[in-house]
Amino acid sequence: MNAVNSDAIIEKLRTIAGNKAEIVLDAFFTYIKVSPDDLLTLMQLLRDQLGMNYLANMTGVDQGEEFELVYHLYAIPDNQQKLVVKTRVSRDLAELPSISSIYPTADWQEREVWDLMGVSFSRHPNLVRVLLPEDFTGHPLRKDFKKEA
Amino acid sequence: MFTTDLYTINIGPQHPSTHGGLHVEALMDGEVVKDAIVHLGYVHRSVEKIAESRTYTQFIPYASRLDYLASNLPTLGYAQAVEKLMGLSVPERAEYIRIIMAELSRIASHMLFIGSLAVDLGATTGLVYCLRDRERIMNMLEMTSGQRLIASYMRFGGVSADLPEEFFPAVQSFLNDLPGMIDEYNGLITGNEILQARCRGIGILSPEDAIDYGVTGPNLRASGIAYDLRRADPYGVYGRFKFEIPTGQRGDCLDRLTVRIKEIEQSGSIIRQALETMPDGEIQAKAPKVLKPAKGKEVYHRIESAKGELGYYLVSDGTDKPFRLHVRAPSFVNLMVLPLISRGGKLQDIIANIATLDPVLGESDR
Amino acid sequence: MVLNHDLMTEGTDEVAHLAKHNIIVTTLEKIWNWGRARSFWPLSYGCNCCPIEMMASGGARFDIARFGYEVFRASPRQADLLIIAGPITLKMAPVVKRIYEQMPAPKWVLAMGNCATSGGPFRDGYSVLPGADSLFKVDVFVPGCPPRPEALFHGMLALKQKVEQGRY
Repeated sequence: MNAVNSDAIIEKLRTIAGNKAEIVLDAFFTYIKVSPDDLLTLMQLLRDQLGMNYLANMTGVDQGEEFELVYHLYAIPDNQQKLVVKTRVSRDLAELPSISSIYPTADWQEREVWDLMGVSFSRHPNLVRVLLPEDFTGHPLRKDFKKEA
Repeated sequence: MFTTDLYTINIGPQHPSTHGGLHVEALMDGEVVKDAIVHLGYVHRSVEKIAESRTYTQFIPYASRLDYLASNLPTLGYAQAVEKLMGLSVPERAEYIRIIMAELSRIASHMLFIGSLAVDLGATTGLVYCLRDRERIMNMLEMTSGQRLIASYMRFGGVSADLPEEFFPAVQSFLNDLPGMIDEYNGLITGNEILQARCRGIGILSPEDAIDYGVTGPNLRASGIAYDLRRADPYGVYGRFKFEIPTGQRGDCLDRLTVRIKEIEQSGSIIRQALETMPDGEIQAKAPKVLKPAKGKEVYHRIESAKGELGYYLVSDGTDKPFRLHVRAPSFVNLMVLPLISRGGKLQDIIANIATLDPVLGESDR
Repeated sequence: MVLNHDLMTEGTDEVAHLAKHNIIVTTLEKIWNWGRARSFWPLSYGCNCCPIEMMASGGARFDIARFGYEVFRASPRQADLLIIAGPITLKMAPVVKRIYEQMPAPKWVLAMGNCATSGGPFRDGYSVLPGADSLFKVDVFVPGCPPRPEALFHGMLALKQKVEQGRY
């Protein structure tokens, strides 16, 4: 049990996630690590069975060989559970399914990850740049991005 | 028999009512809005990339420049996020000072909201009243941090300086005059017949849509969901204060206005309680001069900013600079519902919707 | 009388003699510049923190109206002063250029704040231009982050001097 999620919730999580996910705890959150193929199913289950109806934050981190995608989930108005779902994609094939059909708030947040980090999302309704101009080349938040003079 | 073409009207990015550089492309079928496509990025200052080449302390002024209308709030969120990452504690007096300054910033932001809503709908006088009252808060920010608008007042482990003597009479007189100011806004702005016609029943956001799209803050509360992070996920010493969470019934523009006016009242009450119970003591804990959080440690800290849930996602790589800093900006997420609530309305309703969603472009574009 | 000193051409004894009888000898250019300098019509444009101080300068405490500059116009075709308040980002640059070109001459540009002057704290980012003068000629730079309303007035009064003296 960690400071925020009770044993019962963590047990339920293990049942939902099955053996496809790795569950790690720290003082602040319970982390569920899955592969991109299981992401959609997990998200749907978390929403339906655990009541996690609020995707607060979604972003990407450039970890060198891989990009890590991080999703912070809460339940409104209950707020008893605090979960983080993490998944990784390789740098060469930086693509994973969009969860905007389950959490509409992921729409623009995924666009931002595409825009700044270069990770694309399949079956996204409108995957275009959101913060940078359309004709900008490169993805600036990548660690190997070089600013043009 | 007759067919009509859709035509595009561009609102912004240079427009008196777009709160900075917001560009809304309205597809119109005559008077009716068929779609409102939002284009962001006109104020994108690459803050997250800059964070990777600044130390944690050097980023504090950048955090204040995110939501510049209520600059103590994003600074507070950032300071608390780094404190979580490093495991730093904050002395009691500093916690109370932080809450007083944060709530003053919230009142300042909401006052500007009311004024800019009035001026966006054409009532120029409203802005001047709100700017006048906001000046008193600017004075208080200047007394404490030295800066009127961008008060980078928070430090890791506390605040940069104690409240000066002249602050206390100033804040007392402000709190005494606050009910009169609210009455004035209600009489002049909220109660105005034209504003009511422009705002009642306009831009209705249902609670389900609000949660689905991640809308938080006064916009969510106006749709009827009493979710306030100061109560739901308390940070600092907010748990010690009694305050109500005002909600609306319809989720329209008028509700978004009245919820914020009531929140000004509640913030005033929190400040009063904090002043009464504030202990003496240190204002900053001993923090290392150079912060180097443990490698691989990450944190997501969220606060109830004036616009909604402002979150900081920090990942450390063991050096003195963040490996990744992501700002979960409430204005970015709140603006997602603008097309949703504008479809089927009229062109001028887009202006009312933008004004009542209260976006801060510095935050939404970072 | 103030008018005499501002408008009069320098000079001859005859001019001084006429002035004693309330006849001012001047040039049309001087009269136009005198009027222009005392009634800038700024464009309502701003991105970021600096326009908030610009708005505060229009409020009752600082009162930009006492200088004659309170007429903020929404359309660039009716404005003659472009106050670049805030950073110019990559996406905004073509927009600002277009707005500048839409303003009729004579027009002036005041760069308000560190971001408009040099890129400010965001200079080493990938999306902020290193100052408004990379797009067009800037007449006055007002440093500050953000500059106080008094600093903005100082900048506008410096511009007033510049315009009055025809140095544009």
